[in-house]
Amino acid sequence: MDLSIASILALDGLTNGAVYALLALATVLVFAVTRVIFIPQGEFVAFGALTLALFQTGQVPGTVWFLLALAAAAALSDLVNGWRHRLPARRIGLQVLRTLAWPVLASAVAIWAAPRGLPLVAQALLTMALVTPFGSLIYRLAYESLADASVLVLLIVSVGVHFALVGLGLFFFGAEGFRNPSFWDERFSAGALTLSGQTVIIFFASLALIVLLYLFFERTLTGKALRATAVNRAGARLMGISSSGAGRLAFTMAALIGALSGLLIGPTTTIFYDSGFLIGLKGFVAAVFAGLASYPMALVGALGVGLLESFGSFWASAFKEVIVFSSILPVLLWRSLTDPHSEDQ
Amino acid sequence: MSRVLTDVAEVPAPAKRRRIGLRRLAFPLFALAMLVLPALPVPDFWITQSNYIGLYALVALGLVMLTGVAGLISFGQAAFVGVGAYTAAFLTVTLASSPWLALLLGVGIAVVAALVLGAITLRMSGHYLPLATIAWGLVLYYSMGNMEFLGKYDGILGVPTLKIFGLDLGTGRGLHVLIWAIALLAAWACANLLDSRPGRAIRALKGGATMAEAMGISTFRHKLLVFVLAAVLAAISGWLFAFFQRTVSPSPFNLGKGIEYLFMAVLGGVSHVWGAFLGAAVVKLTEDQLQVLLPKLIGTSGNFETIVFGIVLVVVLKYAPEGLWTFVVRRLPRADRPRDWDASTPLPARAKPQRGEPLLQVEGVRKQFGGLIAVNDVSFEIRAGDIVGLIGPNGAGKSTTFNLITGVLALSAGQVRWRGEPIGGLPSRQIARRGISRTFQHVKMIAEMTVLENVALGGYLRGTSGSVRAMLRLDREEERRLFAEAERQLARIGMADRMHELAGNLALGPQRLMEIARALCTDPALLLLDEPAAGLRHKEKQALADVLRQLKGEGMSLLLVEHDMEFVMGLTDRIVVMEFGTKLMEGTPAEVQASPQVRAAYLGTEH
Repeated sequence: MDLSIASILALDGLTNGAVYALLALATVLVFAVTRVIFIPQGEFVAFGALTLALFQTGQVPGTVWFLLALAAAAALSDLVNGWRHRLPARRIGLQVLRTLAWPVLASAVAIWAAPRGLPLVAQALLTMALVTPFGSLIYRLAYESLADASVLVLLIVSVGVHFALVGLGLFFFGAEGFRNPSFWDERFSAGALTLSGQTVIIFFASLALIVLLYLFFERTLTGKALRATAVNRAGARLMGISSSGAGRLAFTMAALIGALSGLLIGPTTTIFYDSGFLIGLKGFVAAVFAGLASYPMALVGALGVGLLESFGSFWASAFKEVIVFSSILPVLLWRSLTDPHSEDQ
Repeated sequence: MSRVLTDVAEVPAPAKRRRIGLRRLAFPLFALAMLVLPALPVPDFWITQSNYIGLYALVALGLVMLTGVAGLISFGQAAFVGVGAYTAAFLTVTLASSPWLALLLGVGIAVVAALVLGAITLRMSGHYLPLATIAWGLVLYYSMGNMEFLGKYDGILGVPTLKIFGLDLGTGRGLHVLIWAIALLAAWACANLLDSRPGRAIRALKGGATMAEAMGISTFRHKLLVFVLAAVLAAISGWLFAFFQRTVSPSPFNLGKGIEYLFMAVLGGVSHVWGAFLGAAVVKLTEDQLQVLLPKLIGTSGNFETIVFGIVLVVVLKYAPEGLWTFVVRRLPRADRPRDWDASTPLPARAKPQRGEPLLQVEGVRKQFGGLIAVNDVSFEIRAGDIVGLIGPNGAGKSTTFNLITGVLALSAGQVRWRGEPIGGLPSRQIARRGISRTFQHVKMIAEMTVLENVALGGYLRGTSGSVRAMLRLDREEERRLFAEAERQLARIGMADRMHELAGNLALGPQRLMEIARALCTDPALLLLDEPAAGLRHKEKQALADVLRQLKGEGMSLLLVEHDMEFVMGLTDRIVVMEFGTKLMEGTPAEVQASPQVRAAYLGTEH
């Protein structure tokens, strides 16, 4: 290996690492606020990429029906809940309306826009609008009523959600894989390195999102409320912060980040309905590196995973997944040696 | 002590006895049915299904022990199955070696892998093991699929059938007998293990490490033990799987399958041995139906059954977290443990210290949580035969002091000496081993075990039987001695008549007394009681005071934290008063009562 190959691999690794970083941040965010180890994070990536791909072909993406189905289920649970607590019809109606408004609106726009071949950016925005509401709907349907269960029960629930989402993904998107067009076809050359426009976009989008997240958590009241919930749920609740509201928000952000990651990674690789799992798990390895707690460490871990993957595929391409996922063991060993006293949860 | 009415007396006695008798017969009858099934005119299809169920149940059984009993989770059991299967295939096909050697080697590799994974993750909080097993499942899958010598994704074909004493078992009826013999044997061994000294230790894991460690149990070792046990069961299932399918390829051992095994355990009943069998049967049979039905319904082919599994998993955890088997168990009467220990020899007791000998010296202990000093250079001493009270307003640092002495919390500064030997910094199970036992402010017990079994947990350090002896039921003599001791301690605090009740059904007062009996069962020289009288009624308090006085008369030393002044004043020789983490004063009950300082601490001062 000479320097030029090494730099190409490094660039490649850092590009993927930037996307893993986003997923790792989402994983840490969701865990900190809700104690849910959110295995299905990667599913949002696949949903985002596939939705855009189907818009590109001029079809109404399956996401629309999927979203409407979930929203209907959530609305149904609103009705049942309202009826069981004997709430006035007006309040139940409002609640149902709030549940349905965004999904129905986004779906309607999507159905209208699909055959019209809108510009790529508009389709990308529409994709985000379609995938983001999945977060809070999934939280409501699967996790909310179990909010006080142990981390391990929530983890098994996550696995169940992952199973269901992958199966439903196959149903709504089909088994076909798609590769999206680049957002920006420009190419920049610097010696042996070629920087594609998409790479530049990935770096900038990741950086922008990280900065936005930082500002959100440091400067806004909502962000601070989420942090408070992460530190102490009961305490935050006593201060008037709704922990289920915080959970919905965290999941919505996770879905948004997932969808964005899907848009970013879509042009670099072919995405199938089940591709999200492995991509999400790589973000996960990075999150574990951060002890599921530290955002900056998650970023470092993600870039590390990206580099490991690109160099791993150069040396032993068949074993690149083996190398990436084996790396979690030394990480865990290091964590258990440096922080052995976290036995009781 | 008054007996609380419980819900046992509904079924008339003879009917109950008959049903208990039926229950005892259930296992032999079930075992017989499964073993003679191949000889009956059952269609081959059902024999095959039954083979699958036996194989899956073996893996799910390991998960019941791991997840349901010990509270740990593994998503990587399919990978352990793969280890067993690939070892069998590689040895018998490529190396033309003996299948029995393959069994030994496969189990050996699984044990080593489990030890490595466990050693790395089990010292940390509970969610690191599942994360590591996800990685392990993926790594093994991709390794199996890319190794030239394992046939890559095609796998290894043409595995020979299994022969025992020249008898070819084939892949159907013959193998059915072996699969089910092994599965039933494993279930029997696991049920035995759960009802034993190491089994009680394993059952204590789910409630957190503090109580188990205080009883002298190494929680890490027992977590590792169950994890290895689950891996071994999975590897054996894999070994059988290779001879059943006669080909191995990576796909039956992927992460998804690992999750499916967990699903079987959760669905069937995660804390019951038979839940594993029920879960395996339900999942296998419905999976087949769904694989035919769903694609027809939807119109395209694909693994749509995962949708149903995923949703059912979430629903089960929400509405029936104990799984399906509980619906069966609920209908069965619970048989009391037969009292067969009257003739057993008592357990050896430790030599008690001489009255007046210095026992515990607390020297300037300090505990700092960040900027907060919870305990600030507190010193006091306990001599053998003393009853010392530790009192103070809420938040004075009494329980923290307790936790510093018993090793639950690490000292920030200072030293604790036990009969001259420094014990500060030792883990609490080492401190327990030296003869200091304790109860907890918030009762820590295993709600689904009987009172007797909970108390027997205290005798952990006085027994020696390991898990293998327990599985083979070679530990019965020692068990009898442990139960005899547990009953003796229960009788001592007046609760012998309630020993067969489930601990979780007791009211708070009796639960506290049970904790005292458990602490006594460790044969301590010093007993630390954290608010023993809280939640007791007046009569019960008097009875407790009598018990404590009697213990003192027998040479026991006591340190008690208590809020009930009447109780403390009437019982103790000396009292240490704490306020805001510091020691306010020490003296006889009369001196403490007369002290204006103490009065000010409790009632405030006039300004």
